[in-house]
Amino acid sequence: MKKLFIIGLKDLKLVFRDKPALIMMLLAPFLLTLGLGFISGRFSGGSNTGISNIPVVLVNQDRGQLGQSLVDVFHSKGLADLITPFDETDLQTARQMIDDNKAAVAIFIPDGFTESIIPTDPIKTDQVVMLDLYTNPTMPTSVGVVKAIVDEVISQVEVGRVTGEVVVMQLIRNGLIQPQDAIRIGMETGVQGAADARASQSIILKTSSNDGGEAQFDILAYMAPGMALMFLMFTVTNGGRSLLAEQVQGTLPRILVSPTQSSQVLGGKIFGIFLTGTSQMLILILASTLLFQIKWGDPAGVLVLVVTSTLGAVGWGLILTSIIKTPGQLSAIGTALMLIFGVLGGSFVNREILPNWLKTLSLITPNAWGLDGFQTLALGGGLKDILTPIVGLLTMGVLLFLISILLFNRRGLVKG
Amino acid sequence: MTNILEVHNLVKNYGDFHAVKGVSFNIEEGEIFSLLGPNGAGKTTTISMLSTLYQPTSGDASIDGISITREPMQVRKLIGVVPQELALYEDLTAYENLIFWGQMYGLTGKSLNKRVAEVLEQIDLVDRARNRVKTFSGGMKRRVNIGVGLLHKPRLLFMDEPTVGIDPQSRRAILDSVKLLNEQGMTVLYTTHYMEEAQELSDRVGIIDSGEMIAIGTQKELTKQVGEMETLVLHFDESDDAEKMAKDLSNVNGVIKADASDHAVTVIVHEAEEALAPVVSRTNELGIKVRSIDIHEPNLEAVFLHLTGKALRN
Repeated sequence: MKKLFIIGLKDLKLVFRDKPALIMMLLAPFLLTLGLGFISGRFSGGSNTGISNIPVVLVNQDRGQLGQSLVDVFHSKGLADLITPFDETDLQTARQMIDDNKAAVAIFIPDGFTESIIPTDPIKTDQVVMLDLYTNPTMPTSVGVVKAIVDEVISQVEVGRVTGEVVVMQLIRNGLIQPQDAIRIGMETGVQGAADARASQSIILKTSSNDGGEAQFDILAYMAPGMALMFLMFTVTNGGRSLLAEQVQGTLPRILVSPTQSSQVLGGKIFGIFLTGTSQMLILILASTLLFQIKWGDPAGVLVLVVTSTLGAVGWGLILTSIIKTPGQLSAIGTALMLIFGVLGGSFVNREILPNWLKTLSLITPNAWGLDGFQTLALGGGLKDILTPIVGLLTMGVLLFLISILLFNRRGLVKG
Repeated sequence: MTNILEVHNLVKNYGDFHAVKGVSFNIEEGEIFSLLGPNGAGKTTTISMLSTLYQPTSGDASIDGISITREPMQVRKLIGVVPQELALYEDLTAYENLIFWGQMYGLTGKSLNKRVAEVLEQIDLVDRARNRVKTFSGGMKRRVNIGVGLLHKPRLLFMDEPTVGIDPQSRRAILDSVKLLNEQGMTVLYTTHYMEEAQELSDRVGIIDSGEMIAIGTQKELTKQVGEMETLVLHFDESDDAEKMAKDLSNVNGVIKADASDHAVTVIVHEAEEALAPVVSRTNELGIKVRSIDIHEPNLEAVFLHLTGKALRN
């Protein structure tokens, strides 16, 4: 075990002394993030989020004002670029659209929704009617955005409800209205309060984080992990290349004639790749936090996601290393894979705009899972909200690791 | 003297290609044994099997009584390997390289630091210890390469053509260091295709060609095989001339064998003084200009030519 760490730390040291590798690992993703930040207007006060036309199905069975208000929000001009609303009357149809990947979220507003918040019948004040959001797990970013909008509307409604209650109580206490007029006046005031709240603050991509603090969705919080994950693929293939290069340079055979097991050598090399990938991600996260003020979200979630993303990527690096024969071939194929995974996994464009089959295919990339996780965290999610990407990445890493070990066993670490 | 290495009918095949064809030999503790043979003779493959890097196709060997096939990890603790190509991390310093390789041999803590300091002294690189290996000259890199093989004080040191591609001064230093190590009690298995190195260093020599051990013995024993024969080496400006001459000289009176290598022809003769005149006159008849002629006493080159019919440098 000790030799495994020694080999891994040696590789980490070697990578950090390799200037071309450092440029690709750290400088390139950093500069690309910076460049994309300028293009998106992040540094000039622009608001281009890079996310648009999120398909949302609205099923409004509420006969009150609040249900219609919510529908109106999603049809509003302010959200026209961001949201593409579809009105349906049937919940089953809406769910089918989600299942068919035609929509990110179906919002079901049940009958009695308005009544449950602003009851006209005092006897039914305990009745609770909840909004039902049916979400598409393959579109976590869009789901996060829609949830943020719904949260915002609900909080405005709450503002209105409290406003109405306070106003009515004050009016009754002061004898300015009769109790029988309370419901009508309270409702009017509440609706007006909610409208005022909405007017005073346009709906933006804003949600609350686990600790109750506010988290603003930032385009760089989408781009920075995208670039970091894409160049993570470079790092892992470069690590795999180092294994093949050591065969050619003779250092690997030399280790194998020392009292060191093949498994220790392979384990050490893998550990080295993992250490390098994790270090790269953490350095990029730290640098972007300090220099671009990117809010990555829950630190524990970020750390777990960095580790699991690296594991998934290392799995791919190992598979390539176990199949490809020369360092030169691995460099070329590794670079190609980095770019393909970058495009497919959403590092350049939101993968939700991809056709369904490509979107499904993109799940073979650590970029897709990792990016989903980082976006969820940036939108205020916590560790529990990124369980799917974590499990996806772990499964990918373990599966690819096992396959590559089988391939290494068949091939042997050195030819002979 | 006890045998530290015993090799029994070692075979290595790559498909239909037979790289090593049943090699057997012993090395006594404390001696320098050279495996002499041309490139592609099977020297490196033999060392790779003995150092447990490659699994033999058949046969076995034991080092200090421990089988290389059954207990490779135990064998590795007893041996040091200096590979033909530099096997170092060029972006690490000499010191960091020695520390890393020492750790691979299980050295730790104070004993590791002590050995690294001793080896740095031994290879005369104390002043450059903190410089990266990539800044070193070829000779200095070779010294670090050898130093790595000495860190754990191995009982048997394998040196695979350690002087290939270096300047005469560095070569001299390496040959001297091999002798010094041997004087200090280390057993050395040295492979080379340079006859002069085998002659200078070895207590015994094994001549290997095309995967077969064709002769083993002390230099005296081996040269006896060619009797009192002497060697003429004729140097030409054109390699074509050498080829032509080698074929033609085989028929000249007094010539036993002739073989061309690069720009030279090695000619085995009974009596150099007697054969010289007809050989030179034949070159004149053919109109080929001889640049120079060397006359050698019976040596390993002659033995190799005698046994294989070809020059060692081929």
